[in-house]
Amino acid sequence: MSELYKVSSNPHIRSRVTTNGIMLAVIIALLPATGFGIYNFGPRALAVILVTVAGTVLTEFLFGLYQKKMTITDLSAVVTGLLLALNLPVGIPLWMAALGGVFAILVVKMLFGGLGQNFMNPALAARCFLLISFPTAMTAFDCDAYTGATPLAILKEGGQVNVMDMVIGRTAGTIGETSVIALVIGACFLLLLGVIDLRIPGSYIVTFVVFLAVTNLAKGQWLSPAYLTAQLSGGGLMLGAFFMATDYVTRPITIKGQYLFGIFLGLMTGVFRVFGSGAEGVSYAIILGNLLVPLIEKITKPRAFGYEKGGRRREK
Amino acid sequence: MAKLTFTGGIHPYDGKDLSREKPIQDLLPGNELVYPLSQHIGAPAKAVVGKGDRVLAGQKIAESGGFVSAPIYASVSGTVKAVEPRRVVTGDMVMSIVVENDGLYEDVGFYPPAPLEKLSREEIIDIIREAGIVGMGGAGFPTHVKLSPREPEKIEYVIANCAECEPYLTSDYRRMLEEPEKLVVGLQILMRLFENTRGKYAHGIIAVEDNKPDCISLLRQLTKDIPEISVKALKTKYPQGGERQLIYATTGRKINSTMLPADVGCVVNNVDTIVAVYRAVIEGRPLMERIVTVTGDAVANPGNFRVKIGTSYQEILDAAGGFRTRPEKIICGGPMMGFGMFDLNVPSTKTSTALLGLSKDDVSAMEPGPCINCGRCVDVCPGRVIPSRLADYAEHFDEEAFLANHGMECCECGCCSFICPAKRPLTQEIKSMRKIQLAKKKTGGKA
Repeated sequence: MSELYKVSSNPHIRSRVTTNGIMLAVIIALLPATGFGIYNFGPRALAVILVTVAGTVLTEFLFGLYQKKMTITDLSAVVTGLLLALNLPVGIPLWMAALGGVFAILVVKMLFGGLGQNFMNPALAARCFLLISFPTAMTAFDCDAYTGATPLAILKEGGQVNVMDMVIGRTAGTIGETSVIALVIGACFLLLLGVIDLRIPGSYIVTFVVFLAVTNLAKGQWLSPAYLTAQLSGGGLMLGAFFMATDYVTRPITIKGQYLFGIFLGLMTGVFRVFGSGAEGVSYAIILGNLLVPLIEKITKPRAFGYEKGGRRREK
Repeated sequence: MAKLTFTGGIHPYDGKDLSREKPIQDLLPGNELVYPLSQHIGAPAKAVVGKGDRVLAGQKIAESGGFVSAPIYASVSGTVKAVEPRRVVTGDMVMSIVVENDGLYEDVGFYPPAPLEKLSREEIIDIIREAGIVGMGGAGFPTHVKLSPREPEKIEYVIANCAECEPYLTSDYRRMLEEPEKLVVGLQILMRLFENTRGKYAHGIIAVEDNKPDCISLLRQLTKDIPEISVKALKTKYPQGGERQLIYATTGRKINSTMLPADVGCVVNNVDTIVAVYRAVIEGRPLMERIVTVTGDAVANPGNFRVKIGTSYQEILDAAGGFRTRPEKIICGGPMMGFGMFDLNVPSTKTSTALLGLSKDDVSAMEPGPCINCGRCVDVCPGRVIPSRLADYAEHFDEEAFLANHGMECCECGCCSFICPAKRPLTQEIKSMRKIQLAKKKTGGKA
């Protein structure tokens, strides 16, 4: 034999999509919201973002040293850090932001086996962890730019909000959740790239709107466009629906399951917002949904080709 | 109206421009031709010649080894040098007949059998079996077996698989363009085999992907006075030419892994196979040659060649000018379903569709990472299963979960491995588990 060539099992070609590429796309898609957050809340927002991202990346780096397997190059820790930061109020003490980052990576992700193994969205789990541990700091939305409550809280108290400001994002809230426009630009980018699709965000938002309409009707009133826009724009719904609920690792892999997951999130968000004591509910809805994923996948197991209704089995 | 596509599938770079404009050239072999006795699915053929015998082109050198088997014919004239194990394209050693080519190309003389109208169904199938025809799209299943379903009167469609969905391959394309009449007549022969109880023959479908519009219009032109044949344009998408996908796209009928096409009244054959049927039934010539595409960015002059079966791959490559650059990978067949080859000194067989030389090997260039559950494999899987999970079950040898989740429905098309952003070898894992399960089935439960 003269010279040997490489062999491997088929197929011999691979698409250009890589895990890194996907993570990078998500980071780019989050940039409009990040930029708007910094513009809206001032340089301290940038500090929170940097500290949180440093917290997640450094934790993964140290864990990698311990494991002797370096995984920070896949960029997923950056995505987690950025998402977490966008879910924090600008006034949060920096050490808390860093702690959130450490919790997200160490407890929620690495201890469960690293990328692909966590059953809860690390950023959201860390946010909920911080919310429970430091409720005051996590819900203090006072800052130089805005004083007082988030628009949804005002709405809940029966107050009036400026819908236009909410769509643009000139309101109180967490760093990245306020601007619907910035979030939708990022979401469109991901949709065009095929990184995410509309199955979950679509069914989530539609179910949420239907839920609001029904509960409003039960109270004897029609859903007013202003109220609806405010509900859709506020409370991180857009951030959650397009960037957190679509997290690959923690959403169902089955196609039917994804619709079901979206519907569940819509219902839970509605329940939390309409009946709950807080004004928001996206984070808890998604976390709860994450926990149901194995069950959802079980009941939505696809039928293989040729086993569908009408498909005939071979007669023996 | 049937849908002319299926759910799932991928759109890889098709590379067909490298060789699609290159007309088929005849390739004369070198000194030595090697005929492995097992170049089809089923029992190996049995050699009927021995060392020192002189053979002529078209002479039977090995006879069928059973019902699911096929005879083998010499493609040149010369002397039998040896009957010995030789390495074949998959890397195995297979008993083979080695013929020293005398360069005279003397043949046994080919005589057309009786006119088609005079031949009975059994006679036609006999001619096809005797000609050694097997599925030439790559699987190598003996064609006469395919043409003998339990209830032939229930076959409604004979489908000519002209999709050629494998990237880079253009041999079927050239065949359709250069010898479309043979395809049409060959298909008509096959249609005649299936007469229903009302005395009507099966309908013929020529299924072509719509990236070959010239073939579609040419074949439509040729069949415009034959109402029993329809030429269907399929959406260009891999694996459109997969048997199950093709049947669904053209007839709307679905089969799973436990069924045969005949269960839904269909018989599917590849272009080259149908042309071989034409040559056997009309011209009386056994299967001795086939069209091979030699292509890839590492090949100097990609092209399509009419190759005498048994010619070594090295000679086929030399005909295309050899390599321009040293390839990282050489593939027998297309990049999706072909075999990686470690050596070119192996013979071409009845199922050799292509020789592909790639200057860059995607597989070794990309390190597999953890699954991120993105679901791309689920979206592209034509079998509508969850490849990432099946691969996981296979990796952990969880047979029960593998079977319960329809692991056997995988057709090994490779879409999942292709699309996976984590570059996981999903197809490979599922394939190995399927092999084990199929072997178990054969031996009655024992591994």
